[in-house]
Amino acid sequence: MISTMHYVAVSLAMLLIGTVGLLTRRNIVIILMSIELILNAVNINLVAFSKHHGNAAGQVFAIFVIAVAVAEAAVGLGILLALFRNRETVQVDEIDLLKW
Amino acid sequence: MNLDVFFFYAFTSLALGGGLLAITRRSAVHAAIALMVSLLGVAGLYLLLQAEFLFVSQIIVYIGGILLLFLFVIMLVNLDAGKGLRQFHKNWPLGAAVTALAGIALAVLLSRAQLPPPQQMPATGNVELVADTLFQDYLVPFEVASLLLLVAVVGSVLLARKRA
Amino acid sequence: MNFLETLWLIPVFPLFGAALMLLLGRYEFLDPQEECATLENRHHHDRGHDQDLRSPGGLRWAIGPLCSGFVLLSFLWSLGAVFSGRTEQILFTWVAGLPFPTFDGRPAVLAADWGYLLDPLSAVMILMVTGIGFLIHVYSIAYMEHDGGLYRYFGCLNLFVFFMLILVMANNYLLLFIGWEGVGLASYLLIGFYFKRKPASDAAMKAFLMNRLGDAGYLMALFFLLGIFGTLRFTSIEASAHPLLPWATLLLLLAATGKSAQIPLFTWLPDAMEGPTPVSALIHAATMVTAGVYLIVRAAPLFSLTPEVASLTATIGALTAIIAASIAIVQHDIKKVLAYSTISQLGLMFIALGVGAYWAALFHVVTHAFFKAQLFLCAGSVIHALDGEQDIRFMGGLRRQMPHTFRTMFIATLALAGWPGLAGFFSKDAILASAWVASPALFGAGLITALLTAFYMGRLLFLTFFGPYRGHVEIEESPKRMTIPLWFLSVGSIGAGWFASPFASWLGATPVAHSWGVMPASAAVAVGGLALAYHFYLNRPGLADRVESAAAPVAKLLRARWYFDDLYEWAIVRGVARGGGSTLASLDQTIIDGGVNGLGWLTRRTGAISRWADTWIVDGTVNFTALTVKLASFPVRFLQTGFAQSYALVIVMSLAALAGWYMLRSA
Repeated sequence: MISTMHYVAVSLAMLLIGTVGLLTRRNIVIILMSIELILNAVNINLVAFSKHHGNAAGQVFAIFVIAVAVAEAAVGLGILLALFRNRETVQVDEIDLLKW
Repeated sequence: MNLDVFFFYAFTSLALGGGLLAITRRSAVHAAIALMVSLLGVAGLYLLLQAEFLFVSQIIVYIGGILLLFLFVIMLVNLDAGKGLRQFHKNWPLGAAVTALAGIALAVLLSRAQLPPPQQMPATGNVELVADTLFQDYLVPFEVASLLLLVAVVGSVLLARKRA
Repeated sequence: MNFLETLWLIPVFPLFGAALMLLLGRYEFLDPQEECATLENRHHHDRGHDQDLRSPGGLRWAIGPLCSGFVLLSFLWSLGAVFSGRTEQILFTWVAGLPFPTFDGRPAVLAADWGYLLDPLSAVMILMVTGIGFLIHVYSIAYMEHDGGLYRYFGCLNLFVFFMLILVMANNYLLLFIGWEGVGLASYLLIGFYFKRKPASDAAMKAFLMNRLGDAGYLMALFFLLGIFGTLRFTSIEASAHPLLPWATLLLLLAATGKSAQIPLFTWLPDAMEGPTPVSALIHAATMVTAGVYLIVRAAPLFSLTPEVASLTATIGALTAIIAASIAIVQHDIKKVLAYSTISQLGLMFIALGVGAYWAALFHVVTHAFFKAQLFLCAGSVIHALDGEQDIRFMGGLRRQMPHTFRTMFIATLALAGWPGLAGFFSKDAILASAWVASPALFGAGLITALLTAFYMGRLLFLTFFGPYRGHVEIEESPKRMTIPLWFLSVGSIGAGWFASPFASWLGATPVAHSWGVMPASAAVAVGGLALAYHFYLNRPGLADRVESAAAPVAKLLRARWYFDDLYEWAIVRGVARGGGSTLASLDQTIIDGGVNGLGWLTRRTGAISRWADTWIVDGTVNFTALTVKLASFPVRFLQTGFAQSYALVIVMSLAALAGWYMLRSA
């Protein structure tokens, strides 16, 4: 029988995959994809516990997370376009203007 | 083997395998397609968890919306120019090690977790249930979320448009 | 039509004009000649002779008449209101009630209305501002014809009229402060109208900064008044002695010295002459600089309770009057002579304020507004005709070529010098008579000022319009649109003086009875000063130079403007810059970037700073910042790489640490 803990384990695995992608890739587009993976891991967790507790609040939160993910993707890709136009690169380790 | 268990492992392998492929592919287009597989797997997991509404939303919003956006941008910025470059950060072992460390700690913690006994979902249909919760208990956050989306739309248009 | 109920409309007209100009002005249809084009070509002073600019396009021709029309409407409206009675009109509550205790522990409420007060005092000022403002607007239409950025000029001019009206119509000290700051802003914008010329933008900055000093005094005075009386409304303040009241009036006096260019804050006014001449006439002679006088008249009940501050006012006035008049004698720039003359006349008004003759001060404000505006406009007309020449040594004999300008300038000069029967004679006489009653020393100072005034005005007139012509530009009388406002103003310069006693009774004051010694004395010094100037500059040319070389130290002192500018340069500009440098060193260790850039900018702005501070700022920004960060935040430094991924790495590390900590704790 599949228990809630199984889903949590899947969620953790997906979180780790996303984190590795986020920390090691140089391509900004793929980093944004990694973030989507992390958010999906969160969603699996939320939905699994929603079922476990027998109420829909977790699913509603998942909907909000999807909304935030959409906003994040739209803005992130917008920034990417602006960046590409100005710097001709999407390699994240060539962009270091964020200091002080 | 029970059908539920079979589908769980099938969807899990789709989700995790797709994710792994997505972060290792050299070509951004391939990565996007792998991501789509992963997201489909997640959608399947939702179905197993009796969250039918989220299952549909996942497919429509993620695969129909976000992924399409990714593909558009990939086409726009001609990412293939960077294909020959190093794909991983030069410090990648550090990142992977730290992630592994966090993963081990979290896994140990989770293995010790003791959950309360599971409860039964109410008998009403899933869509009604989500709708009731969303529009009764979480109406204000819902409206705020719409505002957030509006801001995101305006912001991304502003960011991405060509300077006059 | 009930003018009293629609009192609020008076400032709305110019505000509308200003909004129209400043919001729409940049669009092509209004002003196709963008300022850049003209400013690039502008070499000399007030105007260039670009024939291209004569071909107007779009609605450019409408800007001047439109804005003048708004001011005219405002003038007519205020005429209607002034002759319908007195009123106090509250439009809305602007600062809502906030309870606080006064110094005496009484409960009070901090509240301010947006309200207008129409009493004789504000009525005089409103009529003066709108009336003279209108004439100067009309004059500007022709004067500014060749300049770019016309919308900016007229927009700011209307903005100035708006804020000046707020200043004089306000029914409380806080709203007055809004107008006070607003006219400062408009003045800044207009002094720096030719902002591509370095002296102009510097002068604008100087005027703005020196006014800030006075404004800080005003702000502190506001808090004192609130603490003492619990209210800021003119009609609710019940003046009564209080131990802290002298501080309030002293700070108000500081504010007035800033706005009205008195010692110690007078050096901005001569520099303000970098603005277009009509602006000098309106803002820096007739209206804005008299705001300080207006403020003290407004606060008269408080000043009469603090005699020590009042006598300080009179002393400041006397010193300023004599010093400024003595500097005016040696100036060569026609506008600078008039600027120092304005400072000196404002000093006379401060004498009157100090001895409690508030009506006399206000009367002099009015008459002075007429003839000083007229003098500036005449000077503008001369400069216009001479193609930007402002040095009186290159003028002379202009009376034949410029008959209208000459006649009006002649009238205004006599009026300022105090020729018996003209406006300046009566108002100056009222001040001198009051000073005589109060203290012979102040009377003496006033008399010396009157003599010097007559002398330098005579010098100006004779050097400009008589004798041989010493320039080389072909001269042509200015157009009618410029000379007609001059004639209108001369009516005031001639006639305004005769209304002294109706004016005083209208304000509810009783003029000092004429002592028969004063009037002949002041008439004698006026005529004597003019005669002396005639002797020096027409009868015996060359005598002036001989006198100057005989009294070389005095001449040097006067030419250096009593070293006020140098003192400020040395003590404040350099001092602050140097001090700012070392403050910077300690500040920078905590606020790494903003402090360096901000103060660095300030330091560069103020100019002359020692080499040490310069190199310190330039490469110190980089080196010192790195050093500070290295030392002060040693471990944090390595995290601030600027790479987004390293920040993410820190997040994941923290996650691992957190999870690990929980793991170990629950084991």
